Amino acid sequence: MNFPSELKYTKEHEWVRDNGDGTATVGITDFAQGELGDIVFVELPDEGDSFEKDEVFGNIEAVKTVSELFMPIAGEVSEVNENLADNPEAVNDSPYEDGWLVKIKVSDTSELESLMSADAYQEII
Amino acid sequence: MSDLKQTPFFNCHHAAGAKLIDFGGFEMPVQYAGIRKEHAAVREAAGLFDVSHMGEIMITGPNALDAVQYLTVNDASKLVPGKAQYSAMCYENGGIVDDLLVYMLAPEKYMLVVNASNKDKDYDWMIQNNPHKAEITDFSDDMCLLAVQGPKTDDILAKLTDRDLSAIRFYTFETGTFAGFGNVILSATGYTGERGFELYINKNEADPETVWNRIMEAGADHGLQPCGLGARDTLRLEMGYALYGNDITTETHPLEAGLGWITKVDKGEFCGREKIMEIKEAGISRKLVGFVTGSPRDIPRKDYALFSESGDEIGFVTSGSQSITESKGIGMGYVKKEFSSPETVIHIEIRGKKVPATIQRPPFIKRN
Repeated sequence: MNFPSELKYTKEHEWVRDNGDGTATVGITDFAQGELGDIVFVELPDEGDSFEKDEVFGNIEAVKTVSELFMPIAGEVSEVNENLADNPEAVNDSPYEDGWLVKIKVSDTSELESLMSADAYQEII
Repeated sequence: MSDLKQTPFFNCHHAAGAKLIDFGGFEMPVQYAGIRKEHAAVREAAGLFDVSHMGEIMITGPNALDAVQYLTVNDASKLVPGKAQYSAMCYENGGIVDDLLVYMLAPEKYMLVVNASNKDKDYDWMIQNNPHKAEITDFSDDMCLLAVQGPKTDDILAKLTDRDLSAIRFYTFETGTFAGFGNVILSATGYTGERGFELYINKNEADPETVWNRIMEAGADHGLQPCGLGARDTLRLEMGYALYGNDITTETHPLEAGLGWITKVDKGEFCGREKIMEIKEAGISRKLVGFVTGSPRDIPRKDYALFSESGDEIGFVTSGSQSITESKGIGMGYVKKEFSSPETVIHIEIRGKKVPATIQRPPFIKRN
C-alpha cells in the first residue's frame, strides 16, 4: 500500500493535499479503497456547499457497503471530481490522483496542521 | 479472529490473496481479485468457491424418510437416490428455521445441507422435533464443500473425475473419484444461476488442499477464478435467490417468501403445516418481490423503506446491490400484496431521497 509523504491523513481514512493557495484536495486512502472493495458510486456535494470539520459531505458505495465521507477540515467546496460520475472505479485504481473527491477553499489553514502525517497514519491502520 | 473456525482450504485462500472476514463463525474469504472480476468470471468462464462453512446433517435409519418429511416442507418421498431437493424447515408458527438442500444418498440415508450460521440451531431443533426417532448426526466437521460455477465448469472438472459430468443434470448427483480421491459427491447444484457443481469431500478420505490445487490447475486455461462470499452474494441476488437472514428469517413464512412451490401441504404431517394451511386459507398480506432501479447509482440496501407512488410506506428492502452484469440497482424486499405485481412502480428511500423502482420477477439479468 502506498501513502505519499506529502499528504496529510485522518483517522477516517481520508487524505488532504495542501495546494498552497488556500485550497486543499480531499480523497480516500489506498487502505480505505482496498477495504471497501469495488466502488460503484460516489455521491458528492455541490460546488459552493460549506462543511464543518468532521461533517458528512458525501457517500461512497462499494458493491457491498455504503460509507459516509467526513470532511477532514472546514471549508467550502470549490470543485468536485465530475469524472467519478462515470468512472467511480478511479477511486480504486488511483486513490491519490484520478480518484480525488473534492477541492475545498480552506476556512482555517491552521487546521491542516492538526492532521496526521503519513507515518502517523500508517501506525493506526 | 482467534475464536473463528477455519476451513481446510485456509492456506489456499492465503496463497490466493484472499481478504478474510467472519461469516457464520468461520474465517471465510470475502474476495480475492475483487467482486466485479470474480462475478464476471462466473458469468463468463468459471469460479471456485469454498463453501465448507455450510453444515451437513445426516438423517439415517428405517424412519429416515418419515423424519425428513416431518422436518421439511417439500415432499421428500419424491426423491430417489441421486436426487437433491430444495426445501425449508418451519417452526409451528410458520416462521422459517432455515432453507436447505435435501440429498437422498441411499434408501434410509439423507443428507441435509444447511446454512453455516444456522447449523447449531438447526441441529438442536431437528433433535427436538424427531417423533419418528430417526438417527440425526451432525457431520459438518468431517465434510468440506467446494463449488465450481460457470459455463466452463464441465470442461474443467471433466479432467479430474471418472464420472460423465454431462449426464449429471441439475439437482442430481453422483458419487465418484475426483482429483484422485474416492467417494466425492458431485452435485449439479449451486447458488449462482450458472451451470456448476458442488463437491462434497470427506476430509478423512481426501486431502482438501490437493483437491483445491488440482481444480485451480485444471482451470488455469479456462479463466477459473477463486471467488469469495462477496461475489456469491451478488451472483445469487442477480438470480433473485433468497438468502437466509436477509430475505427469509424466523419472522417470515414460506408463502409470503415465494416458497409456496416447495411447500407441499398435501404430503401429510410436517412441522408448521397447520399454521401454513391457515395462512393459505386467509391469504397473505405481504410478499417478497424483486425490483430494479433505472440507474446504477440508485442502489437498494437492506432495511431501506419502500413506498407506494402516492407516498405510503408499503414495505422494506431485504437485499440489494448494484447488478454487476447489467448496470442498474437490484433488490428484494417485502411489500404489501397489492403492490407486488410485476411492473408496479414503487419508491425506495435512499438516504432521505425517494427513487423509483419497478417490481420485476427475477432473474434480474438476461439469460442465454
